[in-house]
Amino acid sequence: MLVMRDIVKTFPGVVANDHVSLEVQAGEIHALLGENGAGKTTLMNILYGLYRPDSGEIYVKGKRVHIRSPRDAIAHGIGMVHQHFKLVRPHTVAENVALGLAGTPFWQPARVVERGLKELSERYGLPVDPRARVWQLSAGEQQRVEILKALYRGAEILILDEPTSVLTPQETAELFKVLLHMKQEGHAVIFITHKLSEVMEVADRVTVMRRGKVVGTLPTAETDKGSLARMMVGREVVFRLSKGECRPGEEALVVEDLHALSDRGIPALRGVSFTVRRGEILGIAGVAGNGQRELVEVITGLRRAQRGRIIVLGKDLTNRSARRIADAGVAHIPEERLRMGIVPGMSIEDNLILKKHHRPPFSRGPLLQLRKVHAFAKRVIEEYDIMTPSPRTPAKLLSGGNIQRLILARELSGQPGLVVAAHPTYGLDVGATEQIRQLLIKQRDSGVGVLLVSEDLEEIMALSDRIAVMFRGEIMGIVSASEAKIEEIGLMMAGERRQQEQPS
Amino acid sequence: MDWQSWLIGIVGRALAFGTPLLWGTLGEIYAERAGVVNLGVEGMMVLGAFSAFAVAQSTGHPGLGILVAALVGGGAALIHAFLTVTLRANQYVSGLALTMFGLGLAGLLGRGWEGIPLKQPLPSVTVPGLSKIPLLGPMLFEDQSILTYIGLVLAVVLWLLLYRTRWGIVLRSVGESPATADALGVNVFLVRYLAVILGGVLAGVAGGYLSVEYRPSWTEGMTAGMGWIVIALTIFAGWDPLQAIWGSLFFGALYHLSYRLQAWLPPELLKLMPYAFAILVLAIAGLSGRRRGAPGALGVPYTRGEK
Repeated sequence: MLVMRDIVKTFPGVVANDHVSLEVQAGEIHALLGENGAGKTTLMNILYGLYRPDSGEIYVKGKRVHIRSPRDAIAHGIGMVHQHFKLVRPHTVAENVALGLAGTPFWQPARVVERGLKELSERYGLPVDPRARVWQLSAGEQQRVEILKALYRGAEILILDEPTSVLTPQETAELFKVLLHMKQEGHAVIFITHKLSEVMEVADRVTVMRRGKVVGTLPTAETDKGSLARMMVGREVVFRLSKGECRPGEEALVVEDLHALSDRGIPALRGVSFTVRRGEILGIAGVAGNGQRELVEVITGLRRAQRGRIIVLGKDLTNRSARRIADAGVAHIPEERLRMGIVPGMSIEDNLILKKHHRPPFSRGPLLQLRKVHAFAKRVIEEYDIMTPSPRTPAKLLSGGNIQRLILARELSGQPGLVVAAHPTYGLDVGATEQIRQLLIKQRDSGVGVLLVSEDLEEIMALSDRIAVMFRGEIMGIVSASEAKIEEIGLMMAGERRQQEQPS
Repeated sequence: MDWQSWLIGIVGRALAFGTPLLWGTLGEIYAERAGVVNLGVEGMMVLGAFSAFAVAQSTGHPGLGILVAALVGGGAALIHAFLTVTLRANQYVSGLALTMFGLGLAGLLGRGWEGIPLKQPLPSVTVPGLSKIPLLGPMLFEDQSILTYIGLVLAVVLWLLLYRTRWGIVLRSVGESPATADALGVNVFLVRYLAVILGGVLAGVAGGYLSVEYRPSWTEGMTAGMGWIVIALTIFAGWDPLQAIWGSLFFGALYHLSYRLQAWLPPELLKLMPYAFAILVLAIAGLSGRRRGAPGALGVPYTRGEK
């Protein structure tokens, strides 16, 4: 069905695809496995015509093709569901499908599409209302729209880029059913992922990539998680985190009946209450966009609470400034590393003292004590294992893992009483992820309260002592991690309230 | 009856004065719907006004003047499109530059034409039959410009095009989410060029209307800030061509009223009226949340995101 041969693509400073070859058959689900930055998405963007390869050949159904733009890709029966959905949010589902579609009438094209959509929805088991506006849909429904968009264009080869990262476990199971159905209808499905369990669950064959190269292609029936992980990372991987028993102490954070608005002025938090104790990690699970971001922002002083109270280490800090809250001992590991975590153009040492630059020992009167700054930077760069040629290197030149270590070094070196971590390992490779998780556990063991927000359910399950699930700005329930079942958490992520509410 | 003639005067003049605002706003709505802000409306209008007058005066054909004004406006917009779409320059800076450039160039070329009354202005029309209706007849159908009627029809046509056709979906998508449109094979650059050029064409006609119909003569800087009102009206109308009709009429009436107040108020105050209106409109739009209708990718140059 599809052959990609010797694809090379270089970006300034990086070889993203180094003589990559891939062969996919009709009627198979083919997983493309690799860590972030291994070159999976680049390869698929080439296949979909978004990037041009430096060299290499592509064959579809035995014929050599030149794909210069998505239009060419669509013409050859290739469809792609991007990780970040490419949908026009204010438009209806039908309008999104009709966009750029050849062969629709000039007048009211969405009407015709609505009819076709109904038929496709039924055939593949992808229910969605063609007249709904995209912004009203859940992430799972938006994904269905993306798949329908590709199918409507006659896609025979469907690429899905990390499709499960925005889904609840139940939605994931539904997606897999759809993929199996498509496979039976003779489509080829390429499934990009870094999750081993998903590969083993649905894929027929798997191609593993590492640092821009293909490590190997093999049938899933002849392999297991352990050997795939070895291929993906290049060394042995420990799946278990060493974590001591939880010894909860006094209250580090108490949130009571918290209400807040989103950027668009609609309620994002509707009466959230929970407690984080010193020496425990409370994980907040939930599908993206259910109020997690607003929760973190209200606690760290970046968004106003409309109602409710936030008590940090015994002090009422509701609607205080971000600096007051930071000075009270709250460390913040923000969601968007580059935008909120560092000042990219400033040096590493300047970034390291950002929260403390106004206090001794780093400043005296109006002047910075540069020698002290330098000594401090040198010490924590070593302590937190930040790989950099010099403390004066601009922070933006660091890799993602090193930027995150920089942020942790700044936030944790101030001996906080509470750490608020949002997606701390998002987009990091396995090595850096392990290290950062260990750092968070170390904080907990030394008696710090940790609030961990993550969409990665595995991460939440592995790190947390208790798990709270958010849905549409409310806590659906709080469970202890040792007793939590993934099905139960999945139901809560989809909006089902836990039966016996546990006193928090 | 006195209130009747007063009302007829206001509505009639609001239509006449609202016409250039309507044309300009319709153009800017289309450009912004494609995601490109063009602050050069004032410059494109004044270039249109001068070229229309020069052509109408030399050839004796006011219609030909309007046609040339449309071409000149479109040409000026092409510069903006090249700078902002192809070279990805800052849209606001480029638009401001276009306004300054247009005002300067029209002033320079227009030196010898200053203050001459146009020999043959665009004739006004009185619709037979309809103008006999009491009250409404003299208000709407007597002694109006043909461009007023074309502008009103155009607003409806552009609305239908935007919300009911394949082109409309493409245009709105390009302004909301160019990456989405690109991934579906839409030529984002082409769509943006066409929308910006259409905006220029309509702004050019708006200027031409001023010099060959409304005034009809040429004076330097005769657009007198209308281009800025257009920018404010685009927001006021919520980027909707039909709403642009009401906005233009409303502002036309305000203009007319401010002229009636000339006897009581200092001319400096009247001169700053349009800008005060614009500030007011932006404040109202901001408070009422009208700005939320803004195209998602407004003001953002598009690149295909290769690292």
